Amino acid sequence: MCGIVGLFIKDPALEPELGRLTAGMLEKMTERGPDSAGFAVYGAGVEGQTKVTLRGASAEAIKATVAAIKKAIPGAEAALHDNHAVVSVPTEDVARLDAWLAEDGQDTEVVGRGTRMEIFKEVGLPADVAERFGLSTMSGTHAIGHTRMATESAVTTDGAHPYSTGKDQCLVHNGSLSNHNNVRRNLRREGMTFETQNDTEVAAGYLTWRMHEGLSLGDALEVGLEDLDGFYTFVVGTENGFGVLRDGIACKPAVMAETDQYVAFGSEYRVLADLPGIGQARVWEPEPATVYFWER
Amino acid sequence: MPEIDLGVTPLRELNGALHKLPKDTNETHWVIENPAGGHAIAAGLDAPLTVDINGPVGYYCAGMNKLATVQIHGSAGVGVAENMMSGFVHVSGDASQAAGATGRGGLLRIDGNASSRCGISMKGIDIVVKGSVGHMSAFMAQAGNLVVFGDAGDALGDSIYEARLFVRGNIKSLGADCIEKEMRDEHKAAVHDILTRAGVNGQIDPSEFKRYGSARKLYNFNVDHAGEY
Repeated sequence: MCGIVGLFIKDPALEPELGRLTAGMLEKMTERGPDSAGFAVYGAGVEGQTKVTLRGASAEAIKATVAAIKKAIPGAEAALHDNHAVVSVPTEDVARLDAWLAEDGQDTEVVGRGTRMEIFKEVGLPADVAERFGLSTMSGTHAIGHTRMATESAVTTDGAHPYSTGKDQCLVHNGSLSNHNNVRRNLRREGMTFETQNDTEVAAGYLTWRMHEGLSLGDALEVGLEDLDGFYTFVVGTENGFGVLRDGIACKPAVMAETDQYVAFGSEYRVLADLPGIGQARVWEPEPATVYFWER
Repeated sequence: MPEIDLGVTPLRELNGALHKLPKDTNETHWVIENPAGGHAIAAGLDAPLTVDINGPVGYYCAGMNKLATVQIHGSAGVGVAENMMSGFVHVSGDASQAAGATGRGGLLRIDGNASSRCGISMKGIDIVVKGSVGHMSAFMAQAGNLVVFGDAGDALGDSIYEARLFVRGNIKSLGADCIEKEMRDEHKAAVHDILTRAGVNGQIDPSEFKRYGSARKLYNFNVDHAGEY
């Protein structure tokens, strides 16, 4: 199981509604994934600033961490969201932040980083997770979300999606990979590290490695069709939009809708049913083994 | 004529009410509003009703249908009319995967496209798709007819038994043991009959279809292959 949602806004007038619409879509996927949920939101970015989403053991812990970071890096700013914090630093200070986290932030996880991307994920019902982090008040150009029904590894926050694959990039996955142990072994030989036994973390690591080797995200997905065995629908978030890929058999569901105002993705049509103007939208299923991108 | 708004009435209540109807009921026409992609709407009907559903439906709509006419004014999710026994199911939009799967009788008409695995393991149902069908359609199809006005995706009729496939457009590829066969007069008559029952007679000349079916080399055990098992 698992459910995926995605919303890419074309009409800037709808951007303030991004969080509210995404929260509604995420909640519709509760039956497909009641274990945990997560989402990536691409909001406003500031040139020369990098946003790093951090997760602490608790809201109190991350608050203390943020206070310490602000003391260590004077230019740092932060927005607290329950046990997550989005720390914004001048891009030249990212190395200092990483050094501080390596030294003093052992209990803090880096969930994602980029100019615009913020990632939040936690164990619990999708509606509760969305509420905890205040998704419905967030605005931006696009968002992707995931509800998880665990099959390949334990129900933990680390097992929740999205997984970051690079700066301003993340991946969500519906399905299961059958060769993730082999791929993980191979990637470890290439020097990559993995935190969990989760198959999606391997897919994210695989894409990161391919792009590090020089491929574009689209090409990395394309060669992934050969290397990743199993069944999957992937949705990847990028700074400017999102991409969709289904395996060649396409047994995992995917429905898309497009209007003048947005492109939306859902594991099932139910996800799309409350979007504005859905009655007039073009609704279709993406083809198997075909990489799609919507960007602006 | 009962009108049910699924934005107000719970789905189980609607299906429960439909299931309770005796075969000689006077309440033969039901209208369902706001389906919003919900699953299993009007599944398991067993009376000669007409159910109009105004909007898109989710999984397994009109599944296991017996006797009823179900008209979906919108698109349908996975497994529309799956395991239908008799009756008529009409989708005015597109259908997702596995439309008409394992159907034993009745007629399923889809005005748009059907996605992958349309008519998978069909066992007697007739399916008319006015658009195209996706990959692995009629996989292990055993009996019945699949009529496609448009094209068919990869591996049409893979491991097919005795179902008949009539496709007017291009076939991306035929599956294992599925071959093109001669379109004789009896087959044109059969297509004419199906199109008439689907209410689309006169739109396409039956002679425009090509017929595909089983080469019958796969589904019997071949002793020469015994060493390969």
